[in-house]
Amino acid sequence: MLKEGKKYIWKDYQKEIADNHYYYARSCIRQNFFPGSEATFLRILKNELNKDIFDDPEHTTCTGIGYHSDIIPLETTMTVVARHFALMTAAGYKNLVPSCITSFGIYSEILETWHEFPETLEKTREHLFKATGREFNLPENVVHTSDIIFKFRDEIAARGRFRLIDQSTGQPLRIVEHIGCHYARMFPHKGIGGAEYPYVLAGMVESWGGEVIDYPERRHCCGFGFRQYLVQANRGYSLSCSRKKFESMEPYKPDMIITNCPGCPYFLDRWQYVIAEQEGKTYGENGQGIPVFTYEEVAGLVLGYDPWDLGLQVHQINVEPLLDKMGIPYNPDEKYAGPDGQDLGQPAELTCMHNL
Amino acid sequence: MKNFGYTRHTDRQIDFDATDKRLYQFVFDLEPSINLCIFCGTCAATCSAGHFTTLSFRRISLLLRRGMNDIVKKEIENCMLCGKCQLVCPKGVNTRNVILQIVKGIEKYEL
Repeated sequence: MLKEGKKYIWKDYQKEIADNHYYYARSCIRQNFFPGSEATFLRILKNELNKDIFDDPEHTTCTGIGYHSDIIPLETTMTVVARHFALMTAAGYKNLVPSCITSFGIYSEILETWHEFPETLEKTREHLFKATGREFNLPENVVHTSDIIFKFRDEIAARGRFRLIDQSTGQPLRIVEHIGCHYARMFPHKGIGGAEYPYVLAGMVESWGGEVIDYPERRHCCGFGFRQYLVQANRGYSLSCSRKKFESMEPYKPDMIITNCPGCPYFLDRWQYVIAEQEGKTYGENGQGIPVFTYEEVAGLVLGYDPWDLGLQVHQINVEPLLDKMGIPYNPDEKYAGPDGQDLGQPAELTCMHNL
Repeated sequence: MKNFGYTRHTDRQIDFDATDKRLYQFVFDLEPSINLCIFCGTCAATCSAGHFTTLSFRRISLLLRRGMNDIVKKEIENCMLCGKCQLVCPKGVNTRNVILQIVKGIEKYEL
């Protein structure tokens, strides 16, 4: 990989990221799939970086899943998004920070639509006022949560207790980064590094000591694709997409995968299990899978948070091999203990992958 | 195998670094005009056997390059060697000889 060329292209795709005072928009599926990620993001911003961020309980879905599945019309989505903006305006914030890549895409798409077709903005204002009596201002700054972590990646590295380095060899961990499609493919200028060479996760990995792997199917979709997954019979499409990526990355022997989208970590994690069940094939070392993380989880590991506080026990692929490589201490007995010490229950014994 | 209610699809990606190029190379060495093919499909449009079977010289030319020799072997069984495709080919590919060399190549490599 010629880094000089990439850096030349990346410089054209830098974006303004607000420094403080964020209005947080949670993700429908992230807080269910990987609940520790959003909590960790808030913890890092509030406790480590001392930023003002408002986690609004009034906030709802952006309807992104329904919109991309063609069951919710754009006008409805625009009105729901307008309500979010009204909540943000009422709370006194101007910087919107969605946790979900699809929400980020929805907000960007709608703001662009309103910019190009001002009459749709006026109509949406009318719809919202008639439905709820609310009014709103447009946000001054819309960035994804991974942009915020990217902005403060060096501060996190400076405060961190661990680095993305294999303690036994002293070599950087080999890391696959996977960017959600809606981050920059819809509007390349809204993503750090653009659509072709997004730098948002690569920048984090480099700052935290790891090595980014460039492999043939690096920019391939994880296969979520909404309708590809929502209908059970169609899930083969989703599975095939992820498998193509695994087959492509396998020869490079990655230690972990880092992602910034709600769907990607879920499917890259779960499909490894399904492939192991269906074909007996595993892609990691010693019959294990390749551990998959969200960027908040990796930031939390770097900062020395307890792995079980990050929610790493809900991953399908065991994360312990990576924790051992990084030299992160953990208590196996507390893996399935809840926050109050209650027993969460053991997962069923896997027949397809080696248990630890 | 556990039944999840879905299975993965067969990957249709062709890895040109991994394909079997022996048959194509054999034919090319003996009938270099195959390399002139632009896949316009004129041959397929005029093919008499193609009216009744899936035979298409354009497709055979493509499959040869992709190393999908098992399909080529099956397809050429339908060819009557009438030579109409050769008459209409705008690039002057000696299609009949290509078919004959494919047969020889299949025998040689026991495909």
